Amino acid sequence: MMHTTEAIYKYLRPDKKFPHVWCPGCGIGIVMGALVRAIEKTDLTKDEIVLVSGIGCSGRMSTYLDFNTLHTTHGRALTFATGIKLANPKLRVITVMGDGDATAIGGNHLIHACRRNIDITSIIINNNIYGMTGGQYSPTTPMARKASTAQYGSIENPFDICKLVEACGASFIARGTTFHAKMLDAMMLRALNHKGFSVVEAMAQCPVQYGRRNKLGTPMEMMQWFKDNSVSYPAFNKIPPDEVGDQFPVGVLVNREDTEYTDRYREIVKKAGGDVP
Amino acid sequence: MNKRNEVLLQGNEACAMGALAAGMRFFAGYPITPSTEIAEYLSTELPKLNGTFIQMEDEISSMGAIIGASLAGVKSMTATSGPGFSLMQENIGFASMAEVPCVVVNVMRGGPSTGMPTRPSQGDVMQSRWGTHGDHPIIVLCPKSVLECYTLTIRAFNLAEKYRTPVIVLIDGIIGHMWENIEIPPPFEVIDRAKPTVPPEWYHPYEILSGGEITPLIPFGQGYRYHVTGMVHDRSGFPTLVHDEVEQCLKSITNKIKNNLHDIIDIEEYLLEDADICVVAYGSVARSAREAVNQAREEGMKAGMLRPITMWPFPRFHLENIAGRVKTFVVPEMNLGQVYGEVLKSCPNKAVRVTRIDGELVTPDQIFSKMQEVLS
Repeated sequence: MMHTTEAIYKYLRPDKKFPHVWCPGCGIGIVMGALVRAIEKTDLTKDEIVLVSGIGCSGRMSTYLDFNTLHTTHGRALTFATGIKLANPKLRVITVMGDGDATAIGGNHLIHACRRNIDITSIIINNNIYGMTGGQYSPTTPMARKASTAQYGSIENPFDICKLVEACGASFIARGTTFHAKMLDAMMLRALNHKGFSVVEAMAQCPVQYGRRNKLGTPMEMMQWFKDNSVSYPAFNKIPPDEVGDQFPVGVLVNREDTEYTDRYREIVKKAGGDVP
Repeated sequence: MNKRNEVLLQGNEACAMGALAAGMRFFAGYPITPSTEIAEYLSTELPKLNGTFIQMEDEISSMGAIIGASLAGVKSMTATSGPGFSLMQENIGFASMAEVPCVVVNVMRGGPSTGMPTRPSQGDVMQSRWGTHGDHPIIVLCPKSVLECYTLTIRAFNLAEKYRTPVIVLIDGIIGHMWENIEIPPPFEVIDRAKPTVPPEWYHPYEILSGGEITPLIPFGQGYRYHVTGMVHDRSGFPTLVHDEVEQCLKSITNKIKNNLHDIIDIEEYLLEDADICVVAYGSVARSAREAVNQAREEGMKAGMLRPITMWPFPRFHLENIAGRVKTFVVPEMNLGQVYGEVLKSCPNKAVRVTRIDGELVTPDQIFSKMQEVLS
């Protein structure tokens, strides 16, 4: 394991880019740490990696990490990433999006990226709220939870991100939480090594905009809730539906082989008589 | 193709061929009438050249994908029509702000909203200039023929690479769908992306170089790691709110265009030397205007035409130069007066308009009648 200071100087942009914008107790930094540790375990160089983010709290991650980084428009990270990957399939493209970014404004792009099975690793940081704009409800805000635009409690059914991307054809899907930081590293590493569209949903606490409004306690207590309610995927499937309650599965949910989009495109180039390098 | 290298082509097809001649190797788009022939043609031809064609889920993603591809080092383009162009605007703003070269073709149809999908218009002149938010420059080129669909698309790529900016090719539905016999011009100068001369640790992608030179954009993955954002950024590309840096960022994207108007602006002048009435027309309507000018000359009127080939930046100085010599400008358009308003700005009280919004071309007779009316 790399020493923390060493990792900071290797992967972060310590000059000028800090302090970061995240609130005290925010879970996004833990997710960023997991991503860096996972990348360290691959044989990828920093030049081979393109990190594309959307807009919002998690969207700022691209500013802090020393790769080829692109901070796009709200919800559109996957569209830019698709262009990059297709234009140069040798690049390892990672997108980082928040729950609102990925599933509301970017929902259409998410489902189509899954369907194409394009070789992009997508980290979706789910804190159940729009943090940067001040705590409005997102497509993953649980029913009856409060938000600045849901003062009487949300009346919308939330998305289950993993189920959504599974239905759309993503070939690797995992879910972790900021409590399970090491497990998150491992899942990200597997996602990075997967050929095809991979999604890692990282559940993260937002103590300021979500937790406080819903009386969920300190950041530690919010992480404790992740620990108490998460169940490993195989065990979760054995729980009778009426006993599920707040419990949710963590771990690798889907891992299957499927032809990848840029490979399929190479076949098109061959058919058309183009030069395949 | 016959001996003279002549070939019968549709405007849209010529535009796609021009893009390939300019080295475009990445196209992302979403089908919309009357631009679809561009995508159809490229879906066949790009794979043969080891280029990439992808039909995205919408125009927003198409625009995002071409910006991504351009950052990965490949010349990229999308093509659309009015409603799709509206959807692209946010990301066109991103490309302007982040200074990413790319080309957007807009084959105009009648609007607003779904409007008249199969009828032409010139209703997007102002959308092409002001469609996105904030202050930023834009380069817009307006072909009047199938040949120009070819040549101006190449020019669009050259300007995009040279000035690191999105460039719009604004074609009206008549030109896009028109068939003409054209002689494909011999290969002409194609500008490719410049390479940085400094080592990675010295590279600042938004550095303003001496003499107004623009810092080259190095593709992702070549050892020059940098940050690209749609936020106001400093010279290294990172978000900033420092007053001086904010002003420098926003002014530099405008100044790089403003300081090079002579290079960017292109116009066509026809019989203007002694004219005392000048028709300002563009796209398909310029063809009617030319005919109307000929008709007027036959009747002894001293008529001429000025055609903005570069629509934006608007050739304001050219108009002002002529304004001293002519009594009136007649501005025929397939809209309610978008360029007319711009002419008025340059030459107050000196312009009249001929408008048509029924999905038909402005005829030479309509323009001629207006000239008679003005001079009588």
